[in-house]
Amino acid sequence: MDRDLAEVEREIADLRRITTTQQMNLGEQIAALEARAERLREEIARHPTAWQRVQLARHAERPRIGDYIAALTSEFLELHGDRAFGDDPAMIAGLGMVDGRPAAIVGHAKGRDTRENIARRFGMPNPEGYRKALRVMTLAAKLRAPVVTLIDTAGAFPGKEAEERGQSEAIARSLLEMARLRTPIVAVITGEGGSGGALGIGLCDVLLMMEHAVYSVISPEGCAAILWRDGSRAPEAAEALRLTAHDLAEFGIVDEIIPEPPGGAHRHRDDAVAAVVESVRRHLAACARRPEESLIAARYEKYRRIGRVRRGSAEAAGTTPAAGGQAE
Amino acid sequence: MLNWLPRPKHAAAARRDIPAGLWVKCPRCANLVYRKELERGLRVCPRCGFHHRLSAQDRLALVLDRGSFVETDGDLEPQDPLGFVDEQPYPARVAEYRRRTGQAEAIVTGTGTVEGARAVVGAMEFGFMGGSLGSVVGEKIARSADRARDHRWPLVLFVASGGARMQEGTLSLLQMAKTSVAVARLADAGVALVTVLCDPTTGGVAASFAFQGDIIIAEPGALIGFAGPRVIEQTIRQKLPDGFQTAEFLLQHGFLDAVVPRAELRATLGRILRLANAPADPGAAGTGAQGWGEPTDRADEPPPA
Repeated sequence: MDRDLAEVEREIADLRRITTTQQMNLGEQIAALEARAERLREEIARHPTAWQRVQLARHAERPRIGDYIAALTSEFLELHGDRAFGDDPAMIAGLGMVDGRPAAIVGHAKGRDTRENIARRFGMPNPEGYRKALRVMTLAAKLRAPVVTLIDTAGAFPGKEAEERGQSEAIARSLLEMARLRTPIVAVITGEGGSGGALGIGLCDVLLMMEHAVYSVISPEGCAAILWRDGSRAPEAAEALRLTAHDLAEFGIVDEIIPEPPGGAHRHRDDAVAAVVESVRRHLAACARRPEESLIAARYEKYRRIGRVRRGSAEAAGTTPAAGGQAE
Repeated sequence: MLNWLPRPKHAAAARRDIPAGLWVKCPRCANLVYRKELERGLRVCPRCGFHHRLSAQDRLALVLDRGSFVETDGDLEPQDPLGFVDEQPYPARVAEYRRRTGQAEAIVTGTGTVEGARAVVGAMEFGFMGGSLGSVVGEKIARSADRARDHRWPLVLFVASGGARMQEGTLSLLQMAKTSVAVARLADAGVALVTVLCDPTTGGVAASFAFQGDIIIAEPGALIGFAGPRVIEQTIRQKLPDGFQTAEFLLQHGFLDAVVPRAELRATLGRILRLANAPADPGAAGTGAQGWGEPTDRADEPPPA
């Protein structure tokens, strides 16, 4: 269906070009196609498949971190640099005033256009991005201010320099420190939750996820390429990976789904941003009432529970002797 | 007590993932090596020093004191939360790897001693779905961290993994967070985590417990990194230099404490465990002179329940 939509949109663009270049009046045909495109868009909006949600989550017109920060804070101070190597424009971090109280806000920065996207590495951080984020989160803990993280990335950048400067170490340290950060952490997946690059700022007390956002261990394209050696089977992989907000709420990973305007966040950006801001403020207020010790203990319990295992018979494993497991 | 781990040379004879044959071709120097000679030499090529991969079982037999290993949680099995089917259903794939490796999952955990020093240990089995971080691996590591915290024994993890397990989707990704909260608790309790990075250590495993170690060592030549070399080459559209993402490369860039040849691994770990041992009484740490000079004798402590 999204393929149909893309085709109709291409036809519309073609007709428009002809209208201008050939001076022909094709208004009627264009209007008919527009109506058809709109019907398709509504159909997709009502029941998007997993793959369509992936497209919505990646939509170029979706709100960006700057939109959320502007709506969430009355003033914002962006902080730069990891104090070790450099400043990563793919990650934004700073302090903002939320409901009259300071909070740290960190998140992936995708661009609005190609030029900004290239400057911001399409929101795919290098190690110094994670180190900057952690530096600001640590500052928040020191100031007893909560942390809001905004997640929207295809993943951590898989580059040569990223490896030389320890991408693994940067994310690993971020996870370790977020696990014991002595202040509340509210995380929102606003678009793409791409694997370790998303989780690197995603360990939290409350995980919010926009209705059409996705959160996955691997991109559907990557999954299809590995499993079937055929990246074009991504729609199938998207379905199999159970990466939608509803799937993840079912698994107990997502705490609240933030509804999007009909057709997706990009159709009514202000409404989408307002819904996120409302939810974040509500959860920040709730977290503020929780004592620090119970907060950290609850964070441990929250993640300690995630996963699906069962006790089986060790005999099935072959050479491992039976009764090898000890009950805890 | 399960003293089921044989010495390396015997364990090697039972390996299932290597086709029968008297000679093995070394992937680095291409020399033919007599299999028995390779096994006797801890699976290090006698010609060029290439470290062939070790199974979890051989790894534990190599470093632990004979008869000291007690396995824990050996009966944990994965579920199939996604109902994942690629070329075959996920449970069938798991069953196949169980048969092929003789292991229940991609990690073996337990307790044991190295040169008399107690530790909680986990050894990953790369042969089991690429050592991927599924729910069982995450749970066993988290339990091991909790156990290390309870006993106040260092946690030693031998890492060999390609990363997350696709077949468990986002639940697999979040095992990175799960192991992190457990490692954070261990850290807060003042107990050390020692990680030994073996070939390969990449993806979500590298980006979580592998690099959360207080002391991190690696085997010579091990591939260690976040993204795989092919993905990087596709991204930057150029070939990576020789030796990129090897253990030696990471040592040079400051991300490892040491690269330790296999023949020295046991002695090195013994030294680490003696020096990075937490006081039995958490209050005794850093309280001044009384904490020094009197090494805690752990021999009297009861074995793990």
